[in-house]
Amino acid sequence: MQLTGSQFTSTTVSMGNDVSTLPDFPAEIRAPAGTLPGVSGYQIHFSSNQIYTPGDQADVLVAMNPAALKVNLEGLKPNGVIVANTDSFSPRDLQKAHYESNPLEDGSLDGYRLFAIDVTRLTRAALKESKLDTRAVDRCKNFFALGMMYYLYERPTDVTERWLEQKFHGKDDLIKANKMALRAGVAYCEATEVFHETYKVPAAKLVPGKYRNVSGNQALSLGLVAAAKTANLPLFLGSYPITPASDILHQLAGYKNYNVETFQAEDEIAGVCAAIGAAFAGSLGVTTTSGPGVALKMEAIGLAIMVELPLIIVNVQRGGPSTGLPTKTEQADLFQAVYGRNSESSLPVLAPATPADCFNIAFEAVRIALAYMTPVIILSDGYLANGAEPWKLPAVDELPSIKTRYYTDAKSFRPYLRDKRTLARPWGIPGTPGLEHRVGGLEKNEEDGNVSYDPLNHERMVKLRAEKVQRVAQDIPDLEVLGPESGKLLLVGWGSTYGAIVSAVRRCHADGVDVSAIHLRHLFPFPRNLGAILARFEKVLVPELNSGQLATMLRSSYLKETVCLSKIQGRPFSQREVFEKINQLLERTS
Amino acid sequence: MSTSAQVQQMPTMKKKDFVSDQEVRWCPGCGDYAILNAVQQVFPTLGIPREKFAIVSGIGCSSRFPYYMNTYGFHSIHGRAPAIATGVKVANPDLSVWVITGDGDALSIGGNHFIHTMRRNVGLKILLFNNKIYGLTKGQYSPTSEKGKKTKSTPFGSVDRPFNPISLALGAECTFVARTVDIYQKHMKEVLTRAAAHKGTAFVEILQNCNIFNDRAFADITDKPNRDDKQVVLEQGKPLIYGKEHRRGIRMSKYLPEVVDLDGSVSEDELVVHDETRPAAYAFLLSRMLAPEFPTPIGIFRAIDTDSYEDGVNDQVRSVTEKLGEGTIESLLNAGDTWTVT
Repeated sequence: MQLTGSQFTSTTVSMGNDVSTLPDFPAEIRAPAGTLPGVSGYQIHFSSNQIYTPGDQADVLVAMNPAALKVNLEGLKPNGVIVANTDSFSPRDLQKAHYESNPLEDGSLDGYRLFAIDVTRLTRAALKESKLDTRAVDRCKNFFALGMMYYLYERPTDVTERWLEQKFHGKDDLIKANKMALRAGVAYCEATEVFHETYKVPAAKLVPGKYRNVSGNQALSLGLVAAAKTANLPLFLGSYPITPASDILHQLAGYKNYNVETFQAEDEIAGVCAAIGAAFAGSLGVTTTSGPGVALKMEAIGLAIMVELPLIIVNVQRGGPSTGLPTKTEQADLFQAVYGRNSESSLPVLAPATPADCFNIAFEAVRIALAYMTPVIILSDGYLANGAEPWKLPAVDELPSIKTRYYTDAKSFRPYLRDKRTLARPWGIPGTPGLEHRVGGLEKNEEDGNVSYDPLNHERMVKLRAEKVQRVAQDIPDLEVLGPESGKLLLVGWGSTYGAIVSAVRRCHADGVDVSAIHLRHLFPFPRNLGAILARFEKVLVPELNSGQLATMLRSSYLKETVCLSKIQGRPFSQREVFEKINQLLERTS
Repeated sequence: MSTSAQVQQMPTMKKKDFVSDQEVRWCPGCGDYAILNAVQQVFPTLGIPREKFAIVSGIGCSSRFPYYMNTYGFHSIHGRAPAIATGVKVANPDLSVWVITGDGDALSIGGNHFIHTMRRNVGLKILLFNNKIYGLTKGQYSPTSEKGKKTKSTPFGSVDRPFNPISLALGAECTFVARTVDIYQKHMKEVLTRAAAHKGTAFVEILQNCNIFNDRAFADITDKPNRDDKQVVLEQGKPLIYGKEHRRGIRMSKYLPEVVDLDGSVSEDELVVHDETRPAAYAFLLSRMLAPEFPTPIGIFRAIDTDSYEDGVNDQVRSVTEKLGEGTIESLLNAGDTWTVT
């Protein structure tokens, strides 16, 4: 089902629509088909206007079995279209989905437009000439359903057909069968006029330029490589497989010709440690993981803070604690990123707002890490990582410049002598004559970096390290307010809540309601004008997929009372949830 | 890396060139001093420029070592030195990267990195200072402490069974495995020189005396009156003969080593002739020769020539780049399906 969804996405972006997707799949690789926990879904929202979320409620639900229907029905609009594969609604199928009677027949779907179609049987009939066995033929039924959707929304089949030719290169039977199933789905709708009507969704008025479709994990990988290239540094990734971050490891492993080395380590700790070692040796060290992996890496991240080496730590957040909800999204690792190490050990924390923004954030993280000689944490999440959207390719010559300066002058070199503006220490890498020096986790003497137990030196160094990270704010652009610059209500978002917040605020504006929003991409340190903006509003609403972590940070940093809109369900906010909360706070009935 | 031309250009270095300005802070009488001395004497002889040495350590008494060496050094966190050093070596294979560790650091908290470094054959020189005790935390039993050991954390004796570091390294298929002793300066320097030249992981267990918390832990092997009877020195191509006046040897019997007296009834031809290039099973048998039944082997158990991990990684980068051409940001961004909005 994930393939079917991604094909609809590819075709749709190629038609110039704006797109936002929400793949939703179980943690198990082959969860028992037809059971409620085994449902794999793919939500896609596309439009001829600019959109920001995968949509609150669907117009069409394609349910290939009763379990899929049961799990997703609440996400369908009243009077929405249901396409159900009747061949998988046998008593046994119904029992697996805990249905007592057949919903296709018992009238329980009367509030919807139901199209009960024997997709499996039709697919078999279409492929009766195929050399594939029945099992393989039945696997083509999703493409039959995809063909039906292409008909319904007037999409061409050629993008998917080209993809099939690449994907199954050399397996002509498979290519042929899937193409036939796809076309049969279209033909069936044409011949039977089952839907009575079709929908045209013209191209969106996107900013002119060259586009490609990217998921957050893809954009993040591209950003890291592009930044390393810009900085003229080899990229070294030390990583251990973990959901939902592994795709970054996969993608970077394919970029060997971009001066990228990937090291699949024996564990999370080795992943970050090897990246720190590579940074010591002069590479751009990167480690990618999810929350539980960050927990394992924290001691080493503390070491990177102490030895003041550049390092990028990517946390693609998922539901927790512990193993939690590996394939579901959450934003509950903000405290972990900002405060989660022993002693006082701050580092910059960034979060991308959308899948495509993962590219910009990766770039920004590399810039900060090199300019300030510090580890930087990027907080992505499962929703951004797997969700996709069209991305306007940046012009290469407009990418920010990133300077790398290895220190080489032996006479003036002192390992902890700091840059006056950034407080960064010099990066003197092994192999440079005359710069032989020792770094380590023990407290450093100011400037020469030798081990020091001097009480006052320790206090100075703790403060210097903190001050260095605070100075990152001097390069951060001021926040821009969406809506009036002051007023009754300000929404403060961070990370993947961007889409739902912007959609809800724009809806308010369309209704003539004054409400404003800002979005934080820098979580530590905060942009310099944040406090001043907060002060200009009566109320501050912080929607976040946790119990109120950013809200707490804002309160403690600015003594500003905040209201938290909390959601901890492994799913992103809908626009409506945010919209209703705004109305509640403004004492407005929607 | 050291062509003869480079060696000639390099100023001759001496021990003092490798001595840092930091005051050494080990206990008086600690075996670590002897190891530091040997390393500082060996490094100038290797033909490697000083700036190309990187020494990475974990946590523990031994791990203070990098501070005392005037090279690039990284005193890291407990157990993780092999992982950090792997990053250093892969990022810059031109460096001579040494890992200094102890029995707790390498075999307890860092056990995973220890074996996986060897499995991959990363070109690191790992010196394990084995004193069979935790020193810096003041005297708890370690993963090499003998069963029954009474320490602060085992007042009634340890019930743990110890690791044999040589066996463990061989089990992880380490391509160079050796044992030496802190007080055997000449032997240690020979072993370190061989380790430095090895491609891939070189593991050296150094029996090291902690005179504060586990004094004389190896005395029964190393004390002079008995030493010749308690140890056998492994030498390539030579039969395993030991003992006062060379009167004892090791022979294979029913797939296992046995001690024989060279009193005329057994000829030297029947003895095991040491070959460090044999399959690991042979070296493993040697590593299981335990006191008091057997003499403790000292020297190089295994040294085989095979591809290193860092060469594999960097060769792949080179070959893929040759095949696909060097990627640019332009080609990176424009890959895959793109479309233009006008």
